[in-house]
Amino acid sequence: MAAIDGPKGTPTSGAGLLAGLLGIGVFLTIFMASRTPDPRFMVHAYIFMAAFTVALAVLVIGISAGRFVQSDDKYEDGVIRAGVIASLFWGVVGMLVGVVIASQLSWPNLFYFPEFGWLNFGRLRPLHTSAVIFAFGGNVLIATSFYVVQRTCKARLAGGIAPWVVFWGYQLFIVLAATGYLMGVTQSREYAEPEWYVDIWLTVVWVTYLLVFLGTIWKRKEPHIYVANWFYLAFIVTVAMLHIVNNLAVPVSPLSSRSYSLFSGVQDALVQWWYGHNAVGFFLTAGFLAIMYYFIPKRAERPVYSYRLSIVHFWALIFIYIWAGPHHLHYTALPQWAQTLGMTFSIMLWMPSWGGMINGLMTLSGAWDKLRTDAVMRMLIASLAFYGMSTFEGPVMSVRAVNALSHYTDWTIGHVHSGALGWVGFVSFGAIYCLVPWLWKRPRLYSDRLVEWHFWISTTGILLYIAAMWVSGIMEGLMWREYTSEGFLAYSFVQTVEAKHVANMIRALGGLLYLSGTLIMVYNVWRTIRGDVAALETNAILVQPAASGPVPTGTVAAE
Amino acid sequence: MWKHHQKLERHSLLLVIGILVVVAIGGLVEISPLFYLESTIEKVDGIRPYTPLELEGRDVYIREGCYVCHSQMIRPLRDEVERYGHYSLAAESMYDHPFQWGSKRTGPDLARVGGKYSDGWQVDHLTNPRAVVPESVMPPYAFLAKKDLDYRDIADKLRAQRTVGVPYTDAMITNAVTDLETQADPFAPGGTALKKRYGPKVNQRDFDGQPDKISDMDALIAYLQMLGTTVDFTTYKADAGENLR
Repeated sequence: MAAIDGPKGTPTSGAGLLAGLLGIGVFLTIFMASRTPDPRFMVHAYIFMAAFTVALAVLVIGISAGRFVQSDDKYEDGVIRAGVIASLFWGVVGMLVGVVIASQLSWPNLFYFPEFGWLNFGRLRPLHTSAVIFAFGGNVLIATSFYVVQRTCKARLAGGIAPWVVFWGYQLFIVLAATGYLMGVTQSREYAEPEWYVDIWLTVVWVTYLLVFLGTIWKRKEPHIYVANWFYLAFIVTVAMLHIVNNLAVPVSPLSSRSYSLFSGVQDALVQWWYGHNAVGFFLTAGFLAIMYYFIPKRAERPVYSYRLSIVHFWALIFIYIWAGPHHLHYTALPQWAQTLGMTFSIMLWMPSWGGMINGLMTLSGAWDKLRTDAVMRMLIASLAFYGMSTFEGPVMSVRAVNALSHYTDWTIGHVHSGALGWVGFVSFGAIYCLVPWLWKRPRLYSDRLVEWHFWISTTGILLYIAAMWVSGIMEGLMWREYTSEGFLAYSFVQTVEAKHVANMIRALGGLLYLSGTLIMVYNVWRTIRGDVAALETNAILVQPAASGPVPTGTVAAE
Repeated sequence: MWKHHQKLERHSLLLVIGILVVVAIGGLVEISPLFYLESTIEKVDGIRPYTPLELEGRDVYIREGCYVCHSQMIRPLRDEVERYGHYSLAAESMYDHPFQWGSKRTGPDLARVGGKYSDGWQVDHLTNPRAVVPESVMPPYAFLAKKDLDYRDIADKLRAQRTVGVPYTDAMITNAVTDLETQADPFAPGGTALKKRYGPKVNQRDFDGQPDKISDMDALIAYLQMLGTTVDFTTYKADAGENLR
């Protein structure tokens, strides 16, 4: 663990207390591992124990060597640097697993191994979704929020060692979730698969995160809380609410990896999709909109287009999003009044979504030339274009008549990926391209041309992916409901599976291209951190805005 | 109005409270009525808790992530009803903790797969799907037949299910292990008691074709073979007023 060094620092607060807690944790987990009859629970108890032991050792050695000191006149950037590296690492892992499972659906005889059941689609798919959403996306959100809240409040992160607890605690959550899926430890709740004890761990980490974030706001030297921080706060608070309610469950025993959810059937379904849709709304939208509200104005060196629009955007978005869950349950056994409510609010949601997009796009007023000269800016703006597209497609698909066709098909998968790859992915990449030179104090990125390559290869990948899924999704939906002139169903189910083969292969290719773009980025970031500048570009004109330095919050927040 | 908003921009706790109130409303209005409106779940005959073997099979189904590709929710659309059977009722998943409706049909719906195929077909198909359906993209599950079912904690599982509201009786919990072993053995003496506890339609046979062991495959097929078979649709009036929702 890195600490802020400097001769005048004070010992980092909380390090001693944390060491004590970790000691108790080590004993507790040894006890659990030795007593449980459940082999999968035992593996997880040992992972907890190993993590606690390593953290304890690092703390004890660090404290005795006098390393954990902090100076309050500096920003805490070490944890953000770690977050950037973790984001890229998990991003590559998650996208790689995505390419593997896309290949499994294209070439099942090559990519399934009868002896290794833990590599089957059913176990890898949650690994893919959790790795890209929570491991990649979550690390991006935590890292950027720590950066933004310090700059816009002009205050060092609160809580002494607590930001590092959030970072490492969150990585431990990811490792527990991922190993759990491979072993078959799952609640079967989509995007909330980890079992009860992992959920409790995440709750502890998340509350610490909220306190660090709020604590930093309380220390602020700016009277106004900047708009990006409203979105980060809504994201943190709402995800906590969703996580706790959706994961209410009764464990089979205190030493078992299995639990049964508190709710059943129709109630359970709506609770899960209330959670599921707002994982999209608050994790993948509100959090990343916060990134938009900081990084686009900063990169464009222009104030946010409209202060009033951001107020309307914020409250309308968070109020309406929460209602949209039932559109995942059209024509099911959920009572129709609930379906209708969900559909109505989903359509209304189009407006605040586009309001936010317009606020981001128009921030470029007077700086549109940057789209041509600055590939990072283009990536950020392209992310908004994809955001606009998928937030239009979403309300369309939430209409019951459309949903009758699209539900259960690949169209949904395509829709999710236009949002995930186009919006979440690109806005994250744009933010990381901004952050790396700022955090490592480099004058510029290693290569702007590699950013161009990344942009075009990944954009091609996204377009192949979503086009393939539109074709296969609408095709299979139509084939399922096709009748012959004699009034019989025209196709057996497996004929629709066979018909998707070509689209499946194109999807795998699209995913591979997107992954390739990310690998180019990893190389570019690594060379930037080393302090290199590409030989061909040493004489190029610098297009980056002035690096680091505190943000002029007043001018950015005001209209 | 914009001036009033400045209060929220200057007080973080007011902002947090504002956010909490605004995001709580939608969930409260949509979800909580489902717990007290009596019309939410239809009144039907035949719904029963899972037998111990079926419950273990359901846990295998969840463990392997079957729900990722298979829905268990037939919509009231002409083609679905003709392809899969009567549309699914809310009552049919009232003891499902958690629900298994699914969200994607990479494979077909399984809400009424019970009794559609023989046990032998299920074993062959799970072992190597492409041996039976050449175009299939389903993963192979041969390892399920080799693995002994670990049912040491089956009584605890029934007890946990009872805590969340499934009406398992004391007798069901005490006899959980016997009932589980009985269901996988067509010659076991406990069959009558098992059917007395869980109903006459319970399947009692050697599901995986390996009489010498109870495997994960036994449990999974026992679960699959009862899916969608419990409700007596001869007595269910879909058009009756109380069933229109």
